[in-house]
Amino acid sequence: MSTVPALELEKLRKNFGKTQIIRGVDLKIERGERHAIIGPNGAGKSTLFHLISGRIPLTEGQVRLNGETITGLPSYEIARRGLSRSFQITNVFPKLSVIQNLRCALLWAHGYGYSFWHRLSALKRVNERAEDVMTQIRLETRRDALANVLSYAELRALEIGITIAAEPQVIMLDEPTAGMSHSETEDAVELIRRVSEGRTLVMVEHDMGVVFGLADHISVLVYGEVIASDEPAAIRGNRAVQEAYLGTEYA
Amino acid sequence: MDQNQRFRSLFVWGGGALLLMALPLVFSQNTHLSVLSRMGIAVVFALSYNMLFGQGGMLSFGHAAFSGLGAYLTIHALVLMNKGTLAFPVTLLPLVGGLAGMLFSVPFGYVATKRSGTPFAMITLGIGELVAAAVLMLPGFFGGEAGITGNRVTGVTWLGIDYGSQLQMYYLVAGWAFASTAAMYAFTRTPLGLLSNAVRDNSERAEFVAYNPKQVRFLVMVIAGFFAGVSGALATLTYEIVNAESVGLQSSGNVLLMAFIGGIGQFFGPILGAILLTLLQSVLSLFTPAWLLYIGLLFLAMMLFAPGGLSSIIVAHGPAWRAGLMLRLVPSYLAAVAAGAVLLAGTVSLVEMCYFLSDTGRPASLSLAGIVVDPRRPGPWITGGAVLLAGFVLVHFAAGMVSAQWQRLRKDLNARGPLRRDARLAQAVPPVAEVQGTTT
Repeated sequence: MSTVPALELEKLRKNFGKTQIIRGVDLKIERGERHAIIGPNGAGKSTLFHLISGRIPLTEGQVRLNGETITGLPSYEIARRGLSRSFQITNVFPKLSVIQNLRCALLWAHGYGYSFWHRLSALKRVNERAEDVMTQIRLETRRDALANVLSYAELRALEIGITIAAEPQVIMLDEPTAGMSHSETEDAVELIRRVSEGRTLVMVEHDMGVVFGLADHISVLVYGEVIASDEPAAIRGNRAVQEAYLGTEYA
Repeated sequence: MDQNQRFRSLFVWGGGALLLMALPLVFSQNTHLSVLSRMGIAVVFALSYNMLFGQGGMLSFGHAAFSGLGAYLTIHALVLMNKGTLAFPVTLLPLVGGLAGMLFSVPFGYVATKRSGTPFAMITLGIGELVAAAVLMLPGFFGGEAGITGNRVTGVTWLGIDYGSQLQMYYLVAGWAFASTAAMYAFTRTPLGLLSNAVRDNSERAEFVAYNPKQVRFLVMVIAGFFAGVSGALATLTYEIVNAESVGLQSSGNVLLMAFIGGIGQFFGPILGAILLTLLQSVLSLFTPAWLLYIGLLFLAMMLFAPGGLSSIIVAHGPAWRAGLMLRLVPSYLAAVAAGAVLLAGTVSLVEMCYFLSDTGRPASLSLAGIVVDPRRPGPWITGGAVLLAGFVLVHFAAGMVSAQWQRLRKDLNARGPLRRDARLAQAVPPVAEVQGTTT
């Protein structure tokens, strides 16, 4: 069965002025895959995320989501097509409570759009799902706390919660465990594993334990180019990767 | 919604409706009723403004354009009704004003909401200027400087209610103000209402949960335009005249003051601000020509010491109230009120003496709270200055008492552990920024 990849990047390029940040990235991410993108600092991993999710315009190339070209679409249009992303620097709604943050992430997907004729309290499915996600990210004791009083770990959990709440087909997580303690990281990995079940996951991550524990496919980005894209075992044994990146941190 | 909340909301809204109905029993004079009507109009206007600013994060300097244009279309409808060319009930004229406000906010809102933050504010300033200029440039439609007058006793009447009396007019304003307030409150609890908060907080993230922030801002502006138009129509019916003042920047600035003084962080904040400011404008102006200066001072003091407005002061007391510890604050608050009164007395005496001397057509003597003083001699100035100075010193000490009391209170509240419903107030802050600069 030949399936359309969930996400397909074709000759992606991004220049900032004369500086080439992304220098021709081709990548196919199959449906249901847990795909990690690794690479040294400054390799362009976050930029790649921004290009795919429509946060910044690309210079050249194509992005296809389930076979549909989404190049140049505004980010809300891309989100409506089932791609949801998190941010490396926490990016939530600071003056809304935890539960309201999660509701915001659910309303469009449940078809309420810009409605001002529905009462939020009467949206049973939205509210049930929001409570459900809140339990999953273990913030049920902080239900009505404003996001701007949450601790760092709680914010990271909320960030993931907002990203996965609407059950997107493609989940993109930008360093989900950055700055977490060991036990928090373990919790986060468990959570990511659970919520990405049956979905496509793309993540940027520096913690190699997380990468090799979660991913079933790894791409290595160095200076804006993918130098290897393979299964974890093959990446581990890849000489170029070891030289460029792993050798220093993960030998 | 549990039983308790249901009861509370019934209490608040039912109580509010009863209060509106009962007010004329106490304030039965026409002048009082007219002040009450002005308050109702201001409440609708300020709430519609806060829909933009407090809830949607859009600082507008041109909101009077929408209330004013709503007012102009209402007076034209009223004039047509006076001529007999249009048969329409006066009771429903605010709907005409609302639709007009909405209609104008479509093109203006489309332009303004393309931007947010400071550019948005500048565009609205431009729109305000544009409309104010257009009103004077097109006297055929807007009646020039003199404006347009009409008679509200006209059109289709129901049950003999013709709005000939000030009392009937008050009830018309009260009814529309109540309905508008309820509708605007309901709006805050809808998907678009929540999303307008989200766009205010973080418009970028809103895009990644599938919302177009411009679309959200635009829709909010159109809905706010409707309620601004309603307030304009109510003003039209109350005064039976509309002139260039109604679209002016003065009015746009005034509504901003109301929202800020009342507090933009809570739904009910602008209601308090509108009531207080209307009261000051109508009552203070009877006693002193310096009333505008006092309002300015009030605004300054609010922004310095309680930037969240009156409503934030009330909300900050929630945890203490629920824990039953309010009584502890009372002594220090009484001290603060007394100290504030001394400071106020000093300020007022100096300001009034200045005004007295600068007034060319001044009366023979100046009477301050029944005491006749002569500002041409140094004595009163020295006394006034001394009182002012004493006021500053007393306020300084009183503020110290208040902040010490709050610190103890916070400690005790934290020791009890935050109640779930208080979670968002877990870091209870004193309502007044600490004067001595010991802010934590």
